[in-house]
Amino acid sequence: MSGPTPPPGASALPGQQTGGADVRPVGRRRRYSVLTRRDRVTMALMVGIPTVLFISFIWLPTIASIFLSFTNWRGISALTANNFIGLKNYETLFTTYPFFWPAVWHNVLWLVTFVFIATPIGIFIAVLLDREMRGTRIYQSAFFIPVVLSLAIVGFIWEQMYTSQGFINSVLGHTSSNTAIDFLGNPTINIWAVLVAAGWRHVGYVMVLYLAGLKSVDPTLREAASIDGANARQTFFRVVFPVMKPINIVIIVITVIESLRAFDIAYIINRGKNGLELLSILITNNSISEASLIGFGSAIAVVLLVISLVPIVIFLTRTMRGDST
Amino acid sequence: MAEPTRVDAVSRRTVLKGIAGAAGLVSIPAIIAACSSTTSSSAPSAAASTGASTPPASTAPGASTAVGTVHVGSNHSDPGEKGAMEAINAAFTKDTGIAVVLNTVDHGTFQDQITNYLGGTPDTGYTWFSGFRLKFFADQGFNIPIDDVWAKVKGNFTDGFAQSVVGNDGKVYGIPVDYYPWAVFYRKDVFADKKYTVPATWEEFVALCTKMQADGLTPIAFGDKDGWPAMGTFDILNLRLNGYTFHTDLLAGKAKWTDPKVTKVFEQWAKMIPFQAKDYAGLTWQQAADTLVQKKSGMYLLGLFVSSQFAATKKPEDIAALDFFPFPSLGTEFDAEKALDAPIDTWQIAAKSPNLATETDTAKAYLEYWAKGATQELMFKGQPGLIPTANDANTSSYSDLQKKAVEVVSAAKRITQFLDRDTRSDFAGSNGMQSFLLKFLADPTQDLTKYQASIQAFWDQLPPLV
Repeated sequence: MSGPTPPPGASALPGQQTGGADVRPVGRRRRYSVLTRRDRVTMALMVGIPTVLFISFIWLPTIASIFLSFTNWRGISALTANNFIGLKNYETLFTTYPFFWPAVWHNVLWLVTFVFIATPIGIFIAVLLDREMRGTRIYQSAFFIPVVLSLAIVGFIWEQMYTSQGFINSVLGHTSSNTAIDFLGNPTINIWAVLVAAGWRHVGYVMVLYLAGLKSVDPTLREAASIDGANARQTFFRVVFPVMKPINIVIIVITVIESLRAFDIAYIINRGKNGLELLSILITNNSISEASLIGFGSAIAVVLLVISLVPIVIFLTRTMRGDST
Repeated sequence: MAEPTRVDAVSRRTVLKGIAGAAGLVSIPAIIAACSSTTSSSAPSAAASTGASTPPASTAPGASTAVGTVHVGSNHSDPGEKGAMEAINAAFTKDTGIAVVLNTVDHGTFQDQITNYLGGTPDTGYTWFSGFRLKFFADQGFNIPIDDVWAKVKGNFTDGFAQSVVGNDGKVYGIPVDYYPWAVFYRKDVFADKKYTVPATWEEFVALCTKMQADGLTPIAFGDKDGWPAMGTFDILNLRLNGYTFHTDLLAGKAKWTDPKVTKVFEQWAKMIPFQAKDYAGLTWQQAADTLVQKKSGMYLLGLFVSSQFAATKKPEDIAALDFFPFPSLGTEFDAEKALDAPIDTWQIAAKSPNLATETDTAKAYLEYWAKGATQELMFKGQPGLIPTANDANTSSYSDLQKKAVEVVSAAKRITQFLDRDTRSDFAGSNGMQSFLLKFLADPTQDLTKYQASIQAFWDQLPPLV
């Protein structure tokens, strides 16, 4: 049941008026187009302008970055042939730059934590709240409020919680500087502290998306499952979860994007050092700073681009191939 | 199930037109805001990137533009400093008739965007630092030399200040306007209460730290979450142990970080670390200064700007209790230099300003105005942590603390600008020296040869400066 079947003779786009259909006389062998001239102009503008903006603000700079990553340009003097150094930036990045591999590791940690801990918790809460129990709206609002906050605000809030004179240490009774747990300064635990703060927000985000998806699941499927004697866990994993495939794909893509995009909280806390190095912050600290190592920063950006392209390409090939029910 | 096609009064096209119109209406203020700059916390590079020339708000409305105008960019974004800038500009316009167009940018952003700013469409006059960073941008051709202005005003400055504004080519590129010394701050009332004496030598300093620890205080307050405060300790130890020449050579790349002299610095620092606050890596300097205010710590090696945390308490007994002493002598030949960090701020003229042709003279007049003690005092009123450099500044309004600062800096035979102003910015940044110092502090007993080699390797992999 995919929608109203269009009456014969109308366009393939449901709902479109056929009042202005362009019908040429049979003698002139023109293509029978159902789009008026106005339609075509409108479509050209509506697709064309965003495309032009997209190309000029995203794709051209991306290509420029890829090109710049082969130079040691600093953005000060003009770009000359002398600046071209080939793969040297990448060589430095992978071998001698001491902050690259910790940053890659932290991004991987972020991804793994989001995929295996934060997102499942969000899904679990969505499944619990789908049950229309009393107060479900209150719980939903409570979990969703962190999503409304920008990541910078989340960073500020949790910074106050984590500092040695802050909330968590006071509650635990560690009020002197000698006994306080250094959530922000200890390089082994501060990445986990940041992941808790980021996960706090991510859980609400996933929960809301999944709830919306759960509402669209056909109730007769659940009835059939319960008639067959399935308990709640079996119903979810065997019946509901497979039906939610499109939503699942969206959730996975969002999770991967959020973990590759990780920047704000670590930057707010200490500008990405001492255990909070991240690829996005390395790019910022190298390119958009007084250091102005634009060539080197572009190399890091290209690495991040390649890493990001992998899940995007997977996602696109799967949707383009149109595999679903 | 097929639905009968409805004949709506509102067609799909009308809805789309409506959405487009609404989107256009909503975006117009955003576009206008993006094309014009605000007078505060907007990066100066926004001007360069949008290509539109930005009209910052004038601070002298209705002033006569008969004699000329000058555009100035400043990083004095704190409320006290901003008010002082406006007062100074008003006084300048009154005196000379030149209108001033002020562009204020958030302090940190100004520094981060400086390369874009100076290479794009900078204001004619702008605030900056001295030392290596002044020389670097002068070498890039971003400043015009102001020897003619300097010839008129140099009598008003000591040699130390005069040295700080000379570029690598021997020409003068800026007017030094304020500074603040780095020293060891403490509370007089705590010292009187617990019968501590101000230490003059390293041995006395360590003995004092031990006593403070026994009394339950944190001997040395420290907050290094931002990374740069640790540089103050490195600087002073290096200056005392190895002297000014080695220090500047090291930061300029002429000496190596693998030098055994540098090892001495780290070994000396390792002796201080047991007395430091244990949670330093998660605290900002403000939070660490608060521990000094709250009498939880005994001493704090920081710049004079620590007084702002004391002033914030609004309690006269706290404000009056703040005092400092210069870092104790370490028993080497370099103690006599009495060298210390006293970063000097300057005003300079940008060579790539779009208004340079018409505003060179007005900008030079502006810089000359800033060389007067009276002008610097106006900024001093808004930010008591920034001490005027001019000799004719009226010191009678200075508090005891500020008078002492003037004495200490005048007695210093060598002044350095602070590590991140004395060296390359790509070396001293967040993923640079700041990280390396944090790494040392986390484990002072690590293999120093390997550690120093990693710093030198980092320096070596930096691309050439041009």
